[in-house]
Parts: sequence; C-alpha cells; structure tokens
Amino acid sequence: MKASTIAALNHAMATRQPVAFAKNLTDGAEFLLPDPAAPETLNQAGRLALAADKTGTHMLGNESWFIEARNPSPRLILVGAVHIAQALAPLAATSGFEVILVDPRQGFGNQERFPGATMINEWPDEALDTLKPDIRTAVVTLTHDPKLDDPALDRALQSEAFYIGALGSRKTHASRLERLSVLGHQPESLARIRGPVGLDIAAVTTPEIALSIIAEIVAVRRGGSLGSRTK
Amino acid sequence: MTDVEDVLSTAAGWQAAGEQVAIATVTETWGSSPRPAGSRMAVTKSGKMAGSVSGGCIEGAVAEVAQQVMASGAPKLLDFGVTNERAWEVGLACGGKVKVFVEPLT
Repeated sequence: MKASTIAALNHAMATRQPVAFAKNLTDGAEFLLPDPAAPETLNQAGRLALAADKTGTHMLGNESWFIEARNPSPRLILVGAVHIAQALAPLAATSGFEVILVDPRQGFGNQERFPGATMINEWPDEALDTLKPDIRTAVVTLTHDPKLDDPALDRALQSEAFYIGALGSRKTHASRLERLSVLGHQPESLARIRGPVGLDIAAVTTPEIALSIIAEIVAVRRGGSLGSRTK
Repeated sequence: MTDVEDVLSTAAGWQAAGEQVAIATVTETWGSSPRPAGSRMAVTKSGKMAGSVSGGCIEGAVAEVAQQVMASGAPKLLDFGVTNERAWEVGLACGGKVKVFVEPLT
C-alpha cells in the first residue's frame, strides 16, 4: 500500500466522497475507484461494492482483487444538547457515526459542554433543512420540548433518514404523535418514529439510556433482530 | 467502514516518523470469523502494533510474517483456518476462516 493512497483515502473521508480501495492480490497493484486509469470491469466492481456497502475479494477475469467499500460515515443528528447527549455523542462517535448536535439554546449547545463537537445553534427545522438527512442519517430528538422536538421530527419524517427516534415516555409520545398528525403526517409515516426511543435493556442511568439508543440505531442500520442471541 | 482506531493513519504517521511499516488486511472471511473483511493491523520493524485482524488468535503470526514482508519487500497472502482445535496451533478457535494480505507500506 502506498502512503499517497492513505492520504487520498483520508481526503475522501474528510470530504464525504464514497470511494472503493482496490488491491490486486497477485501483483500488488492498487487503485482508488472510481479511477479513469483503472480497467472498466474494476470500476464497475467498485461501484457495486459501494452500492452494497460490502468489502471482500472478487475474481475479475483470472485476477483476484480485494475491493473495500469506503462510504462516508453514517451521520447521527442529535436535537437537544442536553445531558443525555453528553453521553450519547461520544458513544456514537466511537461507534463510527459523524455526530451533529442541534440546539438553538446556546446555554445548552456550547463548546464548553461539548468540546470539539459539531454544533449548530439553529432551530431544528432550519438545521435539518440544511443538513438534509439521507438514507445514511439517523435523527434523534432529546429535548422533551415540543417547540424543539416537533419541528425536528416534522422535517425528519419528510426525509429519508433510516432511523428517527424521540426521547420521552409513552404518554408524551402519544401526545407528540397527535400534534404531528395535526401537521398532516399520516399514521404509517408516524410509525417510523421510535418512541420511547431505544432498545429495552432496562436502562436506568444516562450512559445506559445512551447505550440503548445507540444499540437500537445499530440494530436498525445492520438489520439486527433486536432480540437476545441466547435462545 | 469506520473503526475505533484509524489504523491506516497511524501507519502513515509511523512511516512519516521514519519507521518501516507493514499493513495486514483481512481480504476474505468464511464462517464466524471475529473481524470483517477490511479489518487492518499495522506493524513496524521496531515492533509497534495497531489495529487487529482477528480476536487475538492470529495477530502474533501475522506480526511475524509482517517482519518477513518488510525485509523482503514482497507481499504475502495468508490463509488461517481451523486447526484440529488444538490451542497451540495458529488458528481460529471460533471455527471461522480468514485470508490476510500482508504488504509493505511504501
């Protein structure tokens, strides 16, 4: 592997460009796909690997190629720079998510409470209009304040976000769904919201709740069964 | 693919600091192997290590081959599988199989 390839991979990651790293396992040749200098069959294999988000070895003609899909990190948008976000943000970052915090209240959303975090001090609807959640984005509302949570959920429901979660009890979730239906959201659309958010691991403490939320996001992303593995 | 540790950047940093570095990559897996294809480990001639290619079962053997690869400059494709379930042999206790490509960082 060339040091220049690592630099190019890091550049692609920083600019959220999907790339496929291809290595000829016989002669050691390597490419960062797409690359006009690479054979078309290899570029095609790179496109397929990225679309499937799969890394592995492929026979192309009589050559064995390792092709690694390097899609941009999934994003997690947290609405509400509250206490639980302080536990959830680092856990999500460790789990490979690019975390973006949204809170117009600078008393909550500041660098002192969230050192080094990506923080947007705007109203959630405006922030989500800019961020445009895609199929690799999860959105979780944490404020318990309808003025902040509702506009975020309204925008999230209009997006392709693969996961939408809302912190709050069953009771607050029921009234939340009522308010969102007044905004014109249909029941099948509202069913996308996971509320109360998180897997049922009987979480009590803030880090445990954060863990239950990230566990559910991972399960949804990877198509997990959400059940115990011990039968 | 994101991981706890950015092995490639660590490897590039070691090289920039004047170290000789080899990179091992899981290229293919079968069965219940512990780490997916694309998992990496970097090894320096001086013996530094970062990342992993298994749950700890084959790292020692891969590090040895990495030293040979750094000395010769020629990459190697390694096969690890189940070995008679005897713990002192290099293999995967979980019953999986992996292929690992070891190459110098140039």
